[in-house]
Amino acid sequence: MPNRLELSGITKQFPGVLANDNVSFAVKPGEIHALLGENGAGKSTLVKMIYGIMQPDSGEIRWNGEPVVVPNPKAARRLGIGMVFQHFSLFEALTVLENIALGMDAKIPSRELEARIREVMQTYGLALDPHRTVATLSVGERQRIEIVRALLLNPQLLIMDEPTSVLTPQEVEQLFTVLRQLASEGCSILYISHKLHEIKALCDTATILRGGKLVDTCDPKEETSRSMAEKMIGTGLKDIVKPAGRSFGEPKLVVNRLLTHRTGHFDVPVTDVSFTVRAGEILGIAGVAGNGQNALLDALSGEIRSEDREAITIDGKAIGHMDTTERRRHGLCAVPEERNGHAAVADFSLSDNSVLTARDRLGMVVMGLINSGAARTYTGKVIADFAVKALGPAATAGSLSGGNLQKYIMGREILQKPTVLVVSQPTWGVDAGAAAAIHQALVDLAAAGSAIVVISQDLDELRTLSDTLAVINMGRLSESRPVAEFSVDEIGLLMGGVHGAEAAA
Amino acid sequence: MSLELTIAIIVTVVGASTPILIAALGELVVEKSGVLNLGVEGMMLVGAITGFVVAFTTGNHYLAILLAAAAGVATSMIFGFLTLSLSANQTATGLALTIFGTGFSALAGQGYSARPVTLLGPLFPAELATHPIWRVLFGYSALVYFSLAMVFAVWWFLKKSRAGLILRAVGENDLSAHSIGYSVIGVRYAAVAFGGAMAGIAGACFPLLLTPQWAERMTAGRGWIAVALVVFASWKPFRLLAGAYLFGLVMTMELYAKASGGPLSAIPAELWSAMPYLATVVVLVLISIRRDASTNAPACLGRPFLPSN
Amino acid sequence: MQFRLEKRPEPSRLMLYGTPVAAVVLTMFIGAIIFSLIGYDGIGAVREIFFTPLTNAFKWQDLGVKAAPLIIIGVGLSIAYRANVWNIGAEGQYIMGGLGGWWTLPAMMIAGVAGGAAYAAIPALLRTRLNVNEILTSLMLTYASVQLIYYLVRAPWKDPMGMGFPQTRRFASEALLPNIIPGTIVHAGVPIAIIVALVAWFIMTRSVFGYQMRVVGAAPHAARYGGFSENKTIWLALLVSGGLAGLAGMLEVAGPFQRMVPGFPTNYGFTAIIVAFLGRLNPLGVIFAGIVMAITFVGGEIAQTTIGLSNSATGVFQAMMLFFLLAGDILVRYRVRRVTPQVEARA
Repeated sequence: MPNRLELSGITKQFPGVLANDNVSFAVKPGEIHALLGENGAGKSTLVKMIYGIMQPDSGEIRWNGEPVVVPNPKAARRLGIGMVFQHFSLFEALTVLENIALGMDAKIPSRELEARIREVMQTYGLALDPHRTVATLSVGERQRIEIVRALLLNPQLLIMDEPTSVLTPQEVEQLFTVLRQLASEGCSILYISHKLHEIKALCDTATILRGGKLVDTCDPKEETSRSMAEKMIGTGLKDIVKPAGRSFGEPKLVVNRLLTHRTGHFDVPVTDVSFTVRAGEILGIAGVAGNGQNALLDALSGEIRSEDREAITIDGKAIGHMDTTERRRHGLCAVPEERNGHAAVADFSLSDNSVLTARDRLGMVVMGLINSGAARTYTGKVIADFAVKALGPAATAGSLSGGNLQKYIMGREILQKPTVLVVSQPTWGVDAGAAAAIHQALVDLAAAGSAIVVISQDLDELRTLSDTLAVINMGRLSESRPVAEFSVDEIGLLMGGVHGAEAAA
Repeated sequence: MSLELTIAIIVTVVGASTPILIAALGELVVEKSGVLNLGVEGMMLVGAITGFVVAFTTGNHYLAILLAAAAGVATSMIFGFLTLSLSANQTATGLALTIFGTGFSALAGQGYSARPVTLLGPLFPAELATHPIWRVLFGYSALVYFSLAMVFAVWWFLKKSRAGLILRAVGENDLSAHSIGYSVIGVRYAAVAFGGAMAGIAGACFPLLLTPQWAERMTAGRGWIAVALVVFASWKPFRLLAGAYLFGLVMTMELYAKASGGPLSAIPAELWSAMPYLATVVVLVLISIRRDASTNAPACLGRPFLPSN
Repeated sequence: MQFRLEKRPEPSRLMLYGTPVAAVVLTMFIGAIIFSLIGYDGIGAVREIFFTPLTNAFKWQDLGVKAAPLIIIGVGLSIAYRANVWNIGAEGQYIMGGLGGWWTLPAMMIAGVAGGAAYAAIPALLRTRLNVNEILTSLMLTYASVQLIYYLVRAPWKDPMGMGFPQTRRFASEALLPNIIPGTIVHAGVPIAIIVALVAWFIMTRSVFGYQMRVVGAAPHAARYGGFSENKTIWLALLVSGGLAGLAGMLEVAGPFQRMVPGFPTNYGFTAIIVAFLGRLNPLGVIFAGIVMAITFVGGEIAQTTIGLSNSATGVFQAMMLFFLLAGDILVRYRVRRVTPQVEARA
């Protein structure tokens, strides 16, 4: 029986980076095949070529034994390849039915389409109301739309791109059930992820990419997480250096019954949030995206001001009513999740980006005028201390890679030596080397006496960094406890919260 | 107020509203696809001069309207090429288009001022069209019925057709539409061209429907009012119809205030002339107060399409 | 042969400063060709509009007088546009400034700025409180302000000794703008324009205010994060650009016009939009662009008398310059690369 999909010698070059270098592997019919690798390893590029979004510079693709060229996604779908993207291609203002109709190539009258959708949902246990507007759906429900859309094509190969990054552990199990059923019916699955424990649980084979090259094709059930991680990352894993036997100092940040108000249709406000962080302590806040993390960060940074002055205090001083500039003067710095357009301005130089947050704490403003020399000097220090690969303080933020920009941003805040530092998703989309550097810097800052809050979706990161842990769900924060006292299941349930209850129903 | 006067008012209002309605319908489709074309006034003027010159030289009104539409499309393609293929700033390009259209039409219209053309006659036979009562329904030229038909056509297109669904998708989330495989740029070009054709026809209404001659800047800001109307109507075709007729009423009021001789005729002529523009501001304020109108705007409105690869 | 656009790592400074110059040059070439094609003397048109104004010492005075208001308004608009505040109603604010007063010069200048700023406060209020688009409101107010002039010169402010013409009395001498260079028409507004541009350049590049305008325009969310209020910025942008437009209006009334007439609105407020873009939203660039636009205005008048080309041709040339500038904009961020055709598609 020929391989469902076979790639031979696939190569793709972009300006400045060889995204895929002579990659070859095969997927059997009915196989769940993992494509494993860090960010930037070349997984997305490879899959885009399989789906026809791009063309390889050289190499051959074989489908059921026959060589093919896939010029565009329509052709891919005609072959029988379906894809569920990591970032959903959904239209918020339109209904589920309209969204699915848009993804179809054939023009099917809507009544017939609706009937077929209900049939698919029935077969695979994916519950959805076709007439609901997408904007009202949860993330897990939105993914179901994508899956139904792909399944309507009766695919022979289903590509899943990082499908679980936004799901609770319970939703992940539901997804796995669907995928196993599909595989048992003969559909092959190409499962892209960097989550080792999921791949071990789900997949039959794993192909590992690193730096655009194929490293290995192996059986995840035989390998250990550590061995696969080492193949993904390359060098031996370094453990974060945390000084042992630390004790914490005075409470630096006290948050008391913090609440925000709903600002748009789709965001989640925080309600009745209380916690304390002491000097030298790192508090981790875990949670699936969309549970109020942004509101929490904005409420702490000062972009959203509180009606209650005492809701947030630093070193005993009430700051709940202050704006971001005032809070920085009192020693609170924050790093939001989004690098581009929020934490930094892509079109501005790094020096100008330093002026954005550091100008008051570090005396860059004199009588309304900006001291550009001081800004340049500080930026130079950040670049040097954090090994930011940039041409200098005059380089535009947009010219830096994601990891380097994140290092610069973290460095810009950390070198201001804040009393309290709040960061959100500090290493999202960042390569392993830069992530390790950022983690070490945070730990060092805490050791110097600052209080740190880390909001993250990455449980591994939180378990590495945090001393204490709390979980945010639907805008409410659980009690914070020492991280060692949590088990993965417990965290998962707390993250799931309402979702978990729905799943059981 | 007598029945005769009422009918006269209605007929005048319909005439005054039609060009705004046509131009606004075109802009509605353009904006639904995610593009903000502020050059409506300029395209209308190009349509006006084209319609005038063709009607003046050939006497064929339908040819004049057709060529006015074509001129509108051609002008809109300048905007389209700059904003869609070269990703230029849509606001600035639209303004440049207005300045261009104003200057070009004035240049092309040299020597034509105060030269008359005949107005486009009514569509229906004279017995109905000039009947004192029935002319309320049947007394209009083809352009008026065209505008009403287009309201339905645009509504059906957007709500019920697949092409309309794709266009709405492109306006909501261009990156997603692109990753599904639709040509965002192609859809937007088509929408811009449609907007250009409608603006051209709307411009032709001025010399062919309202005042049978050419004058520089004869559209007098109606193109801008059309843009405001699209926001007022929350991008819904039937609300657009209501809004356009409301504006026609405001614009017509001056004539009837004078005629009625009551207290309204004491209002200075200049205030009446300013009324439509002030009314636009009031209308924009009202819809912002009443509901969160901005949430109905196509999410990609005004933003250039920048695929990451 | 296919082309592809590839993002540059850093915006190209060559293109940034070169595209306005290229836009002007291209307009001259393409304009000459197009005008010839439609039956006019294309080369003559370009010569009269772009070059002849520079050859004549008399015309230089005219250039200065026309450039001054364009520069003042253009500087204000360049500040507002940097902050992404699209003040299209500069013409209306210019008019309101011109209507500000007729007493003595210093008071009039203040009244001019105040009038323009107050008129711009309306779109500012509507935008910050109700999120109403400032493009539409500022523009509608412009149309309304023109009607206001017509009314004022026809009725309450009409000159009783004006023989029935709609115009106001001529200003008393304390209210007239002095001529800087005796014997010429170059009035004090000209050096004022240069000073305004230089001060604005300094403020935009060195001060926190300038930084605030730039960052709110470039990334509003980042600006909030950095502690800059978007609403305050919108107010400042509109008040500053409105005030400068009002100042220009007052200088025009006290200088070249010396009374208020229906012909007062000469579209400086709209042309200044082109000036702001052509000057790359940089006050120093605005000086260059204001002079170029003034050349086209003066040249347009010259062409009317010497080769019989209608004044409206000037508007077409000006729009072409803006088109070419906008078209060239993309070269600042992207470079053009030739693409080798891919393996033929078969599926």
